Amino acid sequence: MELFKEDKVYNFLGKGKIFFIASFVLFFLAIALIAVKGFSFGIDFTGGTVVQVKYTNTAPIEKIRESLKTNELFEHATVTEFGSPQEVVIKTPSSTMGLSNDIGDTTKEILKGTGDFEIRRVDMVGPKVGDELRVKGLTAFLLTLLAIMATVTFRYEWRFALAAVIAIVHDIVITFGFVSYFEIDFNIESVAALLMILGYSIHDTIIVYDRVREHIEESKETDFVQIINEAVSRTQSRTTLTSLTVFFVVLTLFIFGGDIMMGFSFPMLIGVIVGTYSSIFVAAQLVVWTGFSVANYRQGLAEKVKNRAEKEKMRAQFEQGIV
Amino acid sequence: MLLRESTRMKLNFRLVLLIAATVFGILFSLPSLTQSERGAKVTLGLDLQGGLHMLLGVKTEEAVTSQLKSIASGVSRFAEHNDIMIDSLSATSDAVTFELLDNDDAVLFDGYFKKIEGTVVRASGGNYSITMTTEAVEKLKVQAVDQAIETIRNRLDQFGLAEPTVAKQGVDKILVELPGIKTQEEEQRARELISRAAKLELMAVDEDRAMRVNELGDAEAMGYGDKILEDALQPKMKHLVREIPILDGTMLTNAQVGYDQNNNPVINFTLNSEGAQIFGDFTGKSVGKRLAIVLDGKVYSAPVINERIGGGSGQISGNYTTAEANDLAIALRSGALLAPIYMMEKRSVGPSLGADSIRASLLALVSGFGLVILFMMFYYGLAGVIANLAVVINLFIILAMMSLLGATLTLPGMAGIVLHIGLAVDANIIINERIREGLRAGISTRRAIEEGYQKAMRAILDSNVTQLLACTILYVYGTGAIKGFAVALSIGLLASMLTAIVGSHGLYDLFMNRIEKNKNYTLWFGMTRKAK
Repeated sequence: MELFKEDKVYNFLGKGKIFFIASFVLFFLAIALIAVKGFSFGIDFTGGTVVQVKYTNTAPIEKIRESLKTNELFEHATVTEFGSPQEVVIKTPSSTMGLSNDIGDTTKEILKGTGDFEIRRVDMVGPKVGDELRVKGLTAFLLTLLAIMATVTFRYEWRFALAAVIAIVHDIVITFGFVSYFEIDFNIESVAALLMILGYSIHDTIIVYDRVREHIEESKETDFVQIINEAVSRTQSRTTLTSLTVFFVVLTLFIFGGDIMMGFSFPMLIGVIVGTYSSIFVAAQLVVWTGFSVANYRQGLAEKVKNRAEKEKMRAQFEQGIV
Repeated sequence: MLLRESTRMKLNFRLVLLIAATVFGILFSLPSLTQSERGAKVTLGLDLQGGLHMLLGVKTEEAVTSQLKSIASGVSRFAEHNDIMIDSLSATSDAVTFELLDNDDAVLFDGYFKKIEGTVVRASGGNYSITMTTEAVEKLKVQAVDQAIETIRNRLDQFGLAEPTVAKQGVDKILVELPGIKTQEEEQRARELISRAAKLELMAVDEDRAMRVNELGDAEAMGYGDKILEDALQPKMKHLVREIPILDGTMLTNAQVGYDQNNNPVINFTLNSEGAQIFGDFTGKSVGKRLAIVLDGKVYSAPVINERIGGGSGQISGNYTTAEANDLAIALRSGALLAPIYMMEKRSVGPSLGADSIRASLLALVSGFGLVILFMMFYYGLAGVIANLAVVINLFIILAMMSLLGATLTLPGMAGIVLHIGLAVDANIIINERIREGLRAGISTRRAIEEGYQKAMRAILDSNVTQLLACTILYVYGTGAIKGFAVALSIGLLASMLTAIVGSHGLYDLFMNRIEKNKNYTLWFGMTRKAK
């Protein structure tokens, strides 16, 4: 089966402005959304407790709320259904520091009399841990961006690296705009998702860049826009197919992973779509705007080749004992 | 002829590598798949098998306070032993202070303090103040954490739980993982055992003021060098004891569960020779007074001393069940915690939820995998089958490597593997697209395949290196379950370079003559448009 006409060169850059505007609007909408609405951070970041309770029959949510009200630890607690009508999740910003009688034990005491239940999960995070996680998450993100900057600069050129990083930030901001909009719990799995999207986005982008580099090195074309159009057209089939396979698996995770994986599977789902879009329509175009010059790059390459030849010549002479 | 020869060489090397990888993968993932007793198996994370995960903090500053207290006890004993008159001895959180009544004894004291390391002694006009040096404080804090880890490990070992993990995290945190915990009751018992300070103190009751204990405030009691403690059995009852203990649990050598005359469980403890000496001396001159047996700041009993007690043994009685007495004896034997610990993070997962998570993630794995396999076959024909084969072998290798490394498979790790299936076929998609391009351009099948691999290689390597970097950073900065995710993904990436790039190439080499002969590109590469 073939989905794309391989020999046709689509004029992606000709419509560059439209995509630029679309990206721009989405990007700033997402930023505004995150700024105004923020994230519903999970307890990994804010500290607090999550207790997952499964009842033999339908969970008596109202009764649970009533019972919890009696204890100050649950003053700001929320009770929501989780996955099935038998199961609820109690979330409270409080946590306890003592080991011998903790908030899980307290919950069990309080819920006595609300029915036949089993406590399936107690996650408690103290306030200090959340701060540390925030710092660690942010450090990991920035370090990864730096690492990508470095490798792409080393393998391509700094303008490519800059464009790639902008594209990544674009993907992540838009994805997490959606996370904010749908009030998905932002927890430690979401940080993993964030870094995965980052990895996926750079992967997609590099595949396109590789083609751009190849065209620069091997063709006589001097028009950078044309080179990029060609590269994107040639890789478009691959980009779409891989995105599809990744999308399949992320979709199954989203469907079967349940509420517990939501913090991971939801951002991944959006991230794959946005990442694919950006590697086709954004990443390469950005390189044009950074003022990349094909002639200069070729000159640089030629010089490298010349230098290498010269070195080899000198080594050969040295080995033959001429020098 | 020459070409044939070289092709055969290549075929051998790539295919042999693929077969070796397959055998390796299947062989070492078998123990995990069949859950056999023998061989290295992949460990399931607590989120999948159920259990208790805790991150504990250590209140190290309290180790300093208690060290100062024990210095104060030493001063008190030394003064008594040498008939030196001192007054208003007290220990705060940063210094021990006392007043020396006769300055002629200063020389004696100076000699005594020289023997205590890590302290700074200031004396002016008989007023002594002893503080600890910064280095000594730091050292003590490190010691407190290490000792807590050792103690918790000891206690858990004696408790008899399967495979407990106790490890240091950062500077002053302790990670405790208990996979064997099944119910909330078990969990609570384990938590109590771990956190029990198990600080045994023998303290003298202040008989002069004991009558007034209910009128005294804490501050006033402190002014007398006393302390008000609650009774362990009758919460309303209070005891007034001397602030500086006679001796503490550090001199304890053994603690065992025994039974008293009413057949109630009690804990019999034995002191070492030094402790026995101090105990004997004290009881000898305090006949008729009371001795409080204090455990973790609560008075368990305060019997009247009838005679000098030699031999250095005592008893703690307190309405225990046998299990409680047993846990307490374990705690006492394993030693007191130098500093109290507190909970920073706790994650406990019941075994039924773990089983649900395994089921859900397996379902995602199988259906995601099924979709990808069907899609690849449909789109690429036999080339898709080859890619699928590479992914299957890849999965085996991931499982085998994780088993051998003793890595932990967590729920995010499972997600990582599912995600990896989608990403792993990418290398083959890139290669297949390149091969199709070559075929379309009209070059020979052999060249199209060779060039396809060659050209795809650079992009794949570039991308994999950046992704491995991201995984490494994720591993370094991630916690617990996320580390499992990074490990699963990194192994997958590395394995896919072997199976998807080298391995699949070996398979093409194997079939090369056939492909060249029948030139059925629809069958082999799923191409539906005519080549030029």
